[in-house]
Amino acid sequence: MGNAQPGGYYYAPPSHWPIVGSAALLLMAIGGVLLMNGYGSGWLPFGLGIAVLVYMLFGWFGAVIRESQGGLFNQQVDMSFRWSMGWFIFSEVMFFAAFFGALFYARVYSLPWLGDPENKLLWPEFQARWPSAGPYLPPQFSAMHAWGIPALNTFLLLTSGVTVTYAHWALRMGNRKGLVLGLLATVLLGFTFLGFQVYEYVHAYGDLNLKLTTGVFGSTFYMLTGFHGFHVTLGAIMLTVILFRSMAGHFTAEHHFAFEAVAWYWHFVDVVWLLLFVFVYWV
Amino acid sequence: MGLDMPRTFFRPAAAAAALGAGLAHAAYDVDILPPASPIAQQIYDLHWAILWVCVVIFVGVFGTMFYSVFKHRKSVGAKAAQFHENTTVELVWTVIPFVILIGMAYPATKTVLDMKNTSNPDITIKVTAYQWAWEYDYLQDGVKFASLLSTPRSQIEEWEKKGEKKNADYLLEVDRPMVVPVGKRVRLLVTANDVIHGWYVPQLGINQYGIPGFVKDTWFTADRPGVYRGQCSQICGKEHGYMPIVVVAKPPEEYAAWVKEQQAKAAASGAAPVQVATVTHAVAMPDDPNKKWTLEELRTAGAKLYQANCAPCHQPTGKGMPPAFPALDGSRVVNGPKAAQVALVLRGKQGTAMASFAQLSDSELAAVITYTRNAWGNKAGEVLPADVKSARQ
Amino acid sequence: MSAAAPAHGHDHSHDEHAHAHPTGLKRWLFTTNHKDIGTLYLWFSFVMFLTGGVMALLIRAELFQPGLQFVNPEFFNSLTTVHGLVMVFGAIMPAWVGFANWLIPMQIGAPDMAFPRMNNWSFWLVVPAAILLVASFFVPGGAAASGWTLYPPLIIQQGMSIDMTILAVHILGASSIMGSINIITTILNLRAPGMTLMKMPLFAWTWLITAYLLIAVMPVLAGAVTMLLTDRHFGTSFFNAAGGGDPTMFMHIFWFFGHPEVYIMILPAFGVVSAIIPAFARKPLFGYASMVYATASIAILSFIVWGHHMFTVGMPAAGNLFFMYATMLIAVPTGVKIFNWIATMWKGSMTFETPMLFSIGFLCLFTIGGFSGLVLAITPVDITLHNTYYVVAHFHYVLVSGALFAIFAGVYFWLPKWTGNMYHEGLGKLHFWLSVIGFNIAFFPQHFLGLAGMPRRIPDYALQFAEWNLWSSVGAFLFGFSQLVFLYVVIECIRSGRKCEDRPWEGADSLEWTHLPCPAPYHTFETVPEVK
Ligand code: HEA
Ligand code: HEA
Ligand code: HEC
Ligand code: CUA
Ligand SMILES: [Cu+2]
Repeated sequence: MGNAQPGGYYYAPPSHWPIVGSAALLLMAIGGVLLMNGYGSGWLPFGLGIAVLVYMLFGWFGAVIRESQGGLFNQQVDMSFRWSMGWFIFSEVMFFAAFFGALFYARVYSLPWLGDPENKLLWPEFQARWPSAGPYLPPQFSAMHAWGIPALNTFLLLTSGVTVTYAHWALRMGNRKGLVLGLLATVLLGFTFLGFQVYEYVHAYGDLNLKLTTGVFGSTFYMLTGFHGFHVTLGAIMLTVILFRSMAGHFTAEHHFAFEAVAWYWHFVDVVWLLLFVFVYWV
Repeated sequence: MGLDMPRTFFRPAAAAAALGAGLAHAAYDVDILPPASPIAQQIYDLHWAILWVCVVIFVGVFGTMFYSVFKHRKSVGAKAAQFHENTTVELVWTVIPFVILIGMAYPATKTVLDMKNTSNPDITIKVTAYQWAWEYDYLQDGVKFASLLSTPRSQIEEWEKKGEKKNADYLLEVDRPMVVPVGKRVRLLVTANDVIHGWYVPQLGINQYGIPGFVKDTWFTADRPGVYRGQCSQICGKEHGYMPIVVVAKPPEEYAAWVKEQQAKAAASGAAPVQVATVTHAVAMPDDPNKKWTLEELRTAGAKLYQANCAPCHQPTGKGMPPAFPALDGSRVVNGPKAAQVALVLRGKQGTAMASFAQLSDSELAAVITYTRNAWGNKAGEVLPADVKSARQ
Repeated sequence: MSAAAPAHGHDHSHDEHAHAHPTGLKRWLFTTNHKDIGTLYLWFSFVMFLTGGVMALLIRAELFQPGLQFVNPEFFNSLTTVHGLVMVFGAIMPAWVGFANWLIPMQIGAPDMAFPRMNNWSFWLVVPAAILLVASFFVPGGAAASGWTLYPPLIIQQGMSIDMTILAVHILGASSIMGSINIITTILNLRAPGMTLMKMPLFAWTWLITAYLLIAVMPVLAGAVTMLLTDRHFGTSFFNAAGGGDPTMFMHIFWFFGHPEVYIMILPAFGVVSAIIPAFARKPLFGYASMVYATASIAILSFIVWGHHMFTVGMPAAGNLFFMYATMLIAVPTGVKIFNWIATMWKGSMTFETPMLFSIGFLCLFTIGGFSGLVLAITPVDITLHNTYYVVAHFHYVLVSGALFAIFAGVYFWLPKWTGNMYHEGLGKLHFWLSVIGFNIAFFPQHFLGLAGMPRRIPDYALQFAEWNLWSSVGAFLFGFSQLVFLYVVIECIRSGRKCEDRPWEGADSLEWTHLPCPAPYHTFETVPEVK
């Protein structure tokens, strides 16, 4: 394999995985709507949907991995994968952009407006100062300090960026031990990060009185860090899969798109964290 | 190329357009309504200027196209040329439109700056939108009242039988219009209590959203006496089509007399004098389903909600305005079992002005009900968000 | 949803054809063939068009005369909202994805889309989303009644249908993003040798740029509706001033998506018209390169104009002016396109079959819509026209006589390629003339209504608006029922067995016409085509 094939193309056979995935999402949506509106019975479709989704993910990815190991992917397919992963990450960037946009908008526009002289008609006592939970019955809370756990977490993620790069380098050198060790370190760093994040949330809820419901500060804080944490979780799971595949002897020095995709994803998560560190915790 | 040509040029043009459509009947209006403020006048002129530019371009461009359609058709034996590029032409038809646009932007910019300049008002009126009424608060004069649609339902609803004959100002009439003096700069502070509404009076050149929790300002000067009508311009729920705006512009002396009259009326009815800059709490309070509330917290939160939602009828004093609006102070419902009061406020009472307040969140309802149960002479204990939640189901 | 999901590609292809293709229902459920998926998208879109159309006709029936005759105000608001959502997300966008599926691989000499399984998933996600949207009419409280723009706080007050709408938007977003990644990758990576980017048909170009817009803005919409969801159910305060948020913030985020969204619906139309006009003028497209640059300029500008939907929220003067200037600028590249099309017709040798008629209709009427857009872009004028029927007229001119007419043009143009049969020309022309007449009667008077100050999204109106509304309703019914002619023409064409030639249009010269028979075979390019 390797070169663009002369003369012929391969057609993907029909597949039932997509429709299974759609059924899963429909079930989850129905369940979610019911649950959010106080119908406890929503757990049933919701849980079922998640189960079907997991089944679909295993089935679909399994099929792709088998095809990859079976040597069905040539250079052109590899290139398609690269383009698609790049654009997928771009879409993720834009998703985070919406929430960063909300944060900047609240800080730069809406809070100062709420505190300006005209709005004294509505909120006579309100002082616009960040962090703020808004003018209505502001609860007492404190913001998270940047130079405690968040700084430590920054360090962890940056280090994991290095270890995953090391693993990549080792893979290209044909050094399998280095690959596995590098990945292992990355996975461990990732999960440690998550552990700290959970600890930090507990601390915020318990000691700082900083909650999801703490006005716009709490909203942006938890939605941004929460979605980031969710992405770290996904990334860590994907890294784990790659780790097991590496241990099972998958990937070659030339052909390891799955590894690279996960590494890109991990770097993306890393960059988002840096922005979070600066704009959510620090300034 | 300034486009602010004298207005006399546009009027006949408008009339010609109407005639061109072959429609003499007045109801077939094809123009912006006659402007009644300097800004509206500028808008009117800008619109026609730009429309004419567009019409000229349209005729030129599609004149060319239709010429081609008739001359360069196969059936008249046209042979296809093969040219497909010409940088000069491309440049020309990039630059010319650009220049035309600058010509349009210039006068428009002047108007925008003028519109946004709200300094030095003669009077300031705070406009608060409710679902579905407007409240006008003349900040300097202490006059404050609500303005509601006055068209009877019997003219509107025709599901079962044909409605009654409709008034001439069907859907554009209110019980108490806003009154302003002619020739004075009126500054409006527009806000809303529940959802976004739009205070829209085309002839005064104003369309301003009322945004809950924020005050936005704008201004106008009515340049002649008259009645100017408009409607809520932003969808705000089921009665969005039924919250008209009527502004009556009077000569300054008549306006002064009107203010006096209003003040006297308010004093006579014994209502507490309206203070300057009354606080209304214009928005939903943040809803935290898991919060543990104390009675005191609920009461404080509820007081603000009460002012915003209930006081217009039951009065800040809780004494109501019997017989129309019962007193809550000492009411049997308020001092009775909480479930009954929760149910009443949640669902309202059919056929009375007491509407359902289900749009408030659980915490808000709990707060406002707790307030009523523990304000004035009442001491009936707290109602928790959980009580409301269970009552909803 | 990792893009690493589906894959294909093989060294020894020929033995693969042994794969038995399922038939019947399974063929459509499991298909990985771009033509099957294109067909699914197109039929789905037509069904949604009728669904949204029926809602439009209910709206027009209620507005036929003053007073409330058929529906109550709350239901009216739901009709308006779901009509908008269904038409935008269910009719126009899927129709374009259907075209992309059918045409792009054939036009660039690719065997299929880059990710055939993901392609299937993109389609089978829009179906559950549509089910959620339409089913929301039947849940307690009725369908979303906030306008398709879903502004809070109104949206916070309403019932569970809102959550269904929000989740439907999430699913649609996932579908669009996957579809767009697929299209971009196909175009960038699967072109036949010799098919350079600047040789691609403009339809492929416009879709390349559209897909880019989609990937950039659908996640933003997903973020916006996620915030709505957490504001509704989890106590956040993004859009609640009491907690320091701002309802206006939603508008900014929504329109950051919303304005590019309208170009997402019109750019592929530009591509289709750029294919049809040269074919019937028998003359190459004028200014190919400038068309590409103009499309790109429109796309880039589309990110900085969103504020023109918000001139009345009370932005500072600087904001109003910036958005006004930026919006006006879009007239320049759009103008370049119009002029290029007319220059293409100039000195051609034109014939006027149905696709050409619809393209010419598109040209005139879209330009009217563009001009009314320009009028709205002038901030002070927008003050008096915002949220009136003038805006409704504007966007139906660009969406119906713009996007929808281009869809009709494209369907007539490529029907022979898709079915192998020729449609009935006379009936096609009848469809065109009925549509043009009905459309203009329905929507031209709405300009007058708007100028006279009639707000949109109201079930009942003052007496001076009665006459024009009556005309508008009459036109809407004429236009609506003319679409049944279209349905008939398509079905008749499929069934007629009136075989067409392999090149039914003399002037059409992209790969799908020059290298493939009619109908196009199930698998298109089994061998790599020659492109000179
Ligand atoms: C396909 C969809 C589409 C397209 C292509 C457009 C194109 C444009 N739109 Fe439109 N628009 C909508 C769909 C679309 N719009 C929708 C759906 C809404 C309402 C949303 C809602 O509120 O529900 C809306 C609303 C809307 C508003 C807000 C109105 C309001 O709510 O108050 C504005 C304001 O600026 C606007 C402007 C424009 C402009 C300037 C263009 C330009 O792109 C037009 C450019 C084209 C031309 C100008 C014509 C051709 C040019 C020439 C022949 C060159 C020479 C011309 C000159 C020099 C003048 N649009
Ligand atoms: C995207 C494209 C699109 C399309 C194609 C249309 C098509 C039409 N629209 Fe739509 N419209 C919007 C997008 C679109 N609209 C949007 C975004 C809004 C704003 C929503 C909002 O305010 O939030 C809107 C709002 C809107 C309004 C304003 C409502 C209000 O403000 O209250 C009106 C009123 O006249 C209207 C009318 C029509 C009509 C008559 C058609 C006609 O073209 C429809 C043609 C009719 C048919 C196609 C029916 C065919 C069916 C049959 C003949 C019956 C056959 C039956 C079976 C087979 C079962 N539309
Ligand atoms: C538009 C006017 C209006 C508003 C606003 C209003 N009410 Fe009422 N309310 C009434 C009327 C009228 C009645 C009498 C109904 C009847 O005839 O029994 C009433 C009755 C009541 C009663 C029963 C009193 C009794 O003794 O019978 C309670 C309790 C009450 N309202 C609470 C509230 C609360 C709490 C709010 C705000 C959240 C509120 N109301 C807002 C008009 C209003
Ligand atoms: Cu108030 Cu619409
Ligand atoms: Cu726009």
